[in-house]
Amino acid sequence: MEYHLNTPIPPEELKKIKIGDIVYITGTVVTARDEAHLKALELHKEGKQPPVDFQGIGLFHCGPVMKKNEQGEWIVVAAGPTTSARMEIFQDEFIKTFRPGLIIGKGGMGERTTKACKEETCIYGYFTGGAALLAADKIKKVKDVFWFEEFGMPESLWVFEVEEFGPLTVTIDAHGGNLTEESIRKIEANRDKIIQGL
Amino acid sequence: MKDIAQVVEDTAAKLLKIAATILPSEVKEALITGEKETEGSLGKSQLIAINENVGLAEKFSKPMCQDTGLVSFFVKIGDKFPIRSEVKTALIKATKRATEDVPLRPNAVDMFEGNTKNNVGIRGFVPWFYFDLVEGEDCEIIALPKGGGSSNVGKMKMIPPGKGIKGVKEFVVEALAAAGPLACPPYAVGVGVGGGEDMCMNLAKKALLRPLFEYHEDSKISEIEKELLTTLNKLEIGAMGLGEGPSVLDVHMEFAARHPASLPVGVVISCWALRHAGATIDEEGNVEWHPH
Repeated sequence: MEYHLNTPIPPEELKKIKIGDIVYITGTVVTARDEAHLKALELHKEGKQPPVDFQGIGLFHCGPVMKKNEQGEWIVVAAGPTTSARMEIFQDEFIKTFRPGLIIGKGGMGERTTKACKEETCIYGYFTGGAALLAADKIKKVKDVFWFEEFGMPESLWVFEVEEFGPLTVTIDAHGGNLTEESIRKIEANRDKIIQGL
Repeated sequence: MKDIAQVVEDTAAKLLKIAATILPSEVKEALITGEKETEGSLGKSQLIAINENVGLAEKFSKPMCQDTGLVSFFVKIGDKFPIRSEVKTALIKATKRATEDVPLRPNAVDMFEGNTKNNVGIRGFVPWFYFDLVEGEDCEIIALPKGGGSSNVGKMKMIPPGKGIKGVKEFVVEALAAAGPLACPPYAVGVGVGGGEDMCMNLAKKALLRPLFEYHEDSKISEIEKELLTTLNKLEIGAMGLGEGPSVLDVHMEFAARHPASLPVGVVISCWALRHAGATIDEEGNVEWHPH
């Protein structure tokens, strides 16, 4: 099935989606990698709020290449997904705290994220890794950037307005399904078979 | 008389641009073949996107991936090439320049001072140089920018020599299974065997520079390369780890002598974007670009 979602994405929309489905997102998508996840969670612990409300929007595991045009405005050069597995250590807490609707990344995420997606109604979708220009093409506007001076270009919070951003292959749904975990189990079984036959 | 240091800098800056924006032709071909031969729609759609993206990068001269990598240069300096240590300075300048011009993503992060914003480490070492001294008048430079995601799945193991070549193969299979969907497959795999714990990783990285489908000249080694290529594809990682399409595009190995008590094995994995570009500069500053 194919779904076209608008932010903020209502939880009832997210519940319809299953692993293997294709989704496109229109609206607000914010980049956050390791440092930004950590900082947002630290701020929350101190009783402060990060500069972006993540509720129902797209959270993009991405460190883009950006440059300023002649008017001094930021433009996107390349913006594909980064390896999501690095965020596994705090993604569940992030989901519970900030309630994003859709996480965009590549390479898949683990058990903790899957559990949080189920409990908080969130989904995770792959954008083709390395396809940075196709991704950049779907970003219509750079609305804002936070934490640039502190973290530098790849780790900042870039706030993008996107149109029909996708196709995203859903590999974690809001019902506990995880397509990547299924793939990994198959790869591990193949590995054991291969090693036995060497 | 040309300013040779300037020629080195200009050439290296251009090599970084070529590497970031244009895939070597044999990699492009392998990915197109992969797309044609993939039957499942999940895997095929990934390869279609990859190939479309590669075409856009070349057409618009933009980096194909937002991770433009940590920069390294493989340099061979001839005895009669007019400059030596100045080559290093020129390569550092080229890295800073390419960061602005291409642009490359600033990827050099200091543990304590943060992102240096120019791809050059403040404590040296980045960009990393692999220097070799050779006969002749030329200087060969190969730029190899490598993404973080695929570097994160690199592996090194000192295996008991008693396990022999079977142990080497077993470790390569384990390393690729562990990489699984994490690092943008289909992968190119470099394996270094022997030397010491550092040298095997260097050799593995160097093995990635050999063009795809060009096998080791020693048939004892090329047979293992081909065997591993077939074997690793049986892992069924697939394009982007979705289980459909090629898992590994090619495997290259380099061997060095080892200590009798050691059998070091290094595995360096590249994402589908196996980016490198090379050129040779002669003593008068004429540049010959390597086939790309």
